[in-house]
Amino acid sequence: MTITVRIQREDFDIAAEVARLSGESRDVGAIVTFSGLCRDEAGTLSALELEHYPGMAETEIRRIAEDAAARWPLAGLTAIHRHGRILPGENIVLVVAASSHREAAFEAASYLMDYLKTRAPFWKKEVMKDGTSGGWVSAKDADDRALDKWQDR
Amino acid sequence: MKLVYFAWVRERTGTAEEDATPPEGVATVADLIAWLAGRGPGYEAAFAEPAAIRVAIDQVHVEHDEPIAGAREVALFPPMTGG
Repeated sequence: MTITVRIQREDFDIAAEVARLSGESRDVGAIVTFSGLCRDEAGTLSALELEHYPGMAETEIRRIAEDAAARWPLAGLTAIHRHGRILPGENIVLVVAASSHREAAFEAASYLMDYLKTRAPFWKKEVMKDGTSGGWVSAKDADDRALDKWQDR
Repeated sequence: MKLVYFAWVRERTGTAEEDATPPEGVATVADLIAWLAGRGPGYEAAFAEPAAIRVAIDQVHVEHDEPIAGAREVALFPPMTGG
């Protein structure tokens, strides 16, 4: 079971990350990937500035990944989160979960994303097309509620 | 202890990090936030709504009733919006 966590400014290669996990074991029967992208918010947004807490960002995502690995039988789990300036259409985050069967891979990827959104120390600031700052993105109650579904499982 | 600020907490205090020695009696995270709010207009704006502040001690999330004794680095920041 290999956990890989990377916090980086540069883009990632989804196919390469999938290939790395599929090569972990001959018993991998399912790989689920989630990628989160920057939206242009109906043409109004020119970029996101992603600030993070160096050190803790990686530590916290690794903690969440270890929790996921304790809950589901996984062959590998990868999480990559970018920081800095990200343009609409570009990648922000990648989760790859590998397991023998699909259910564990789907659930582990979903769990990791749900906790990452509310517990990994990243903050998004919007830069608008007209050059003004759109301000800091507000945390959503729906993201907090998403954690409830994992509480009694 | 070292204090570090992120996102709008950093912008309002006007600094990303600083060393601070809270006075005797500042025992918990809640006490620390109340003390910081009194350090000037920027700090007042940053910490006016304590419930909106999330805190990590030595890079681990904590609640506001957590004691700060022995903390090397206390981070104060808004709710997180990654992903």
